[in-house]
Amino acid sequence: MTSILNPFAFPLLRGHAMTVQSPDDTARTPVIQSVAPAASASALVGEVKIKARDVKVFYGDKQALFDVNLDIPAKSVTAFIGPSGCGKSTFLRCINRMNDTIPSARVEGSIEIDGADVNAKSVDPVVLRSRVGMVFQKPNPFPKTIFENVAYGPRIHGLATGKAELEAIVESSLKKAGLWNEVADRLHQPGTGLSGGQQQRLVIARAIAVSPEVILMDEPCSALDPIATAKIEELIDELRSQFCIVIVTHSMAQAARVSQRTAFFHLGKLVESGPTEEMFTNPRDSRTQDYITGRFG
Amino acid sequence: MTDATLGAAAPRSAFSAADERLKKRHRAERLFKAQGMAAIIIAMVFLVVLVGRIVAQGYSTFETHTLSVPVYLNPDRIDTSDLTGVNYDYIVAEAVMKKLGVQDDDLGTVSTKVQDLVSRDFGFQLLNKLKADQKLIGQTITVSGPLKADADLYFKGQIERETAEGDRKLDNQQLDWLDQLKKAGAIKSGFNFAFFTNSDSTEPEQAGVLGAVVGSAMMLIITALIAVPVGVMAAVYLEEFAPKNRWTDIIEVNINNLAAVPSIVYGLLGLALFINWLNVPRSSPLVGGLVLALMALPTVIIATRSALKAVPPSIREAALGVGASKTQTVFHHVLPLAMPGVMTGAILSLAHALGETAPLLMIGMVSFVPGVPEGFTGAATVLPVQVFIWENASERAFHERTAAAIIVLLVFMIVMNAAAVIMRRRFERRW
Repeated sequence: MTSILNPFAFPLLRGHAMTVQSPDDTARTPVIQSVAPAASASALVGEVKIKARDVKVFYGDKQALFDVNLDIPAKSVTAFIGPSGCGKSTFLRCINRMNDTIPSARVEGSIEIDGADVNAKSVDPVVLRSRVGMVFQKPNPFPKTIFENVAYGPRIHGLATGKAELEAIVESSLKKAGLWNEVADRLHQPGTGLSGGQQQRLVIARAIAVSPEVILMDEPCSALDPIATAKIEELIDELRSQFCIVIVTHSMAQAARVSQRTAFFHLGKLVESGPTEEMFTNPRDSRTQDYITGRFG
Repeated sequence: MTDATLGAAAPRSAFSAADERLKKRHRAERLFKAQGMAAIIIAMVFLVVLVGRIVAQGYSTFETHTLSVPVYLNPDRIDTSDLTGVNYDYIVAEAVMKKLGVQDDDLGTVSTKVQDLVSRDFGFQLLNKLKADQKLIGQTITVSGPLKADADLYFKGQIERETAEGDRKLDNQQLDWLDQLKKAGAIKSGFNFAFFTNSDSTEPEQAGVLGAVVGSAMMLIITALIAVPVGVMAAVYLEEFAPKNRWTDIIEVNINNLAAVPSIVYGLLGLALFINWLNVPRSSPLVGGLVLALMALPTVIIATRSALKAVPPSIREAALGVGASKTQTVFHHVLPLAMPGVMTGAILSLAHALGETAPLLMIGMVSFVPGVPEGFTGAATVLPVQVFIWENASERAFHERTAAAIIVLLVFMIVMNAAAVIMRRRFERRW
């Protein structure tokens, strides 16, 4: 049960300097104190974009999420990890109120984006979702042309006044999503004809097109092959400079590669959160350690 | 020793048991396939027998025999002050007798027999011609028109000389005359255009389906205009917007029950609601369309709901995720994707409504209507009711027309289903 981390558990933990691990429990104590939940906000670098306090979610009588307190920084990537059914996707869907679409779901507690509660009566979920874009597990382009897929958001939100402006938005969104070079000559062909990885980047372009502040990604690579996954991860890393990105992933290697901060969920509870490097090299909770070393989940 | 026997026997018996199971499974699969094939063959045989019988009975309607005779418009027989009162049938009979070279006797038996061979259509033609131009009186003009239905049936082989003279409608002399006219080239066979340009008539040779086809089309327009928009909107609301609670459950169960209500009950409802209470003119395409719309509504709702259910939830999430409102999600994405299913359901329920007879009997559509309906509130008849009326007629020639009207009804339905397929393709291509 001591913290002897198997170095082979993270063969993909590239680019992150491994902190030297001490098997000695006493050596870890100060670490625990320095990133205790209450202090985690102060440990953030840069401004806090999303602030969740005592978030509980119920599906009917069943409670799916227990008292989640989490700060998510702006212009960085935060990864949610945890075994299936641990509530990480549920929490993600609270941020843009996608849980509203499930009749039996009930959300308690507060989630603030830039200090404004997203669950407040005055907040229109439609406006909220234009500020908080979402990318889903399975690529889900509309069965329309590539152009129409990207142009749909700006069009319904009235972001473009003319055709030229709309075309400019589509082009810049596709460029940001790294898809422009591949589809520039077939913008008016169906988006569903693209490969899985291209479809997922198209969906990201669609989310970017309405210039959101936050992009939520729910296991965006779980349906993709390693090469497409690598491209999406590269893209996420580039987008970090402009957006606050929250990504749910089953792959700890992916969390390690793309995120700056990681939050570990287990059985509906947020077990711990902190800088990714620290989480993977020096987890405070034994459950986190068991999970990331592959002992369960 | 025991070990050895067990070791030798066990694998063999296990193997043969597995072998046996495999054989059994293959046999079951073969049997299942054979049963499926048999079911399809039986269904096909029924279809072929049904369609074959109707076509065999009805195809002869599409052939008809016309007679052309020079008619002398005898001034002595025509009273110009009362054109409608003139006995044109006798003038026509005179012309035919002249052609046959026979004389009428004092009792008029010959002219009566001759009149049994030619349609009264000749008389109406003469009347119309004289109304248009009275200068024709005293001249000889060539008139052609249909034979009487019985004479027509003789040429189609449905009245035979071998039958005892007393058992057939035409006696030997009349048959001789018909043969004589045919030999002289006065009688020609051709396609029966009149069947498609005439409406119902008391004379079988003049009866056609035009009025019924137009009546059916008008009624379907009313049905489609009411059932499709109301049904689709109801389904969209129930499926996409309504909260899932006990009330919507009750509504859903009742819609499913309505789809199973016998159609004659809808006729009674229509009679009470539309005719007695709202005073919609009875026997009109409007009231027929309203009743059939009530009947088609549950089917349209059920078909639309299942088409909406088949749209993957990922599309809804995608639209909501970019900030589309619920209404935008439904009308920009979900409904267009469900459209092929909606159209198919709608057209199939309309095709079902097209063939419906029972509710229409209740609202007075089973009546003799000798013309094309005058608008949506005029008296009308529809194809299935026309079939019903003709089937009940006593003349043999009407039975031939019954089968022909069924063929027209089936063609109408095939055209509608083809339209459904084409629309489906077009909607699908857009996506």
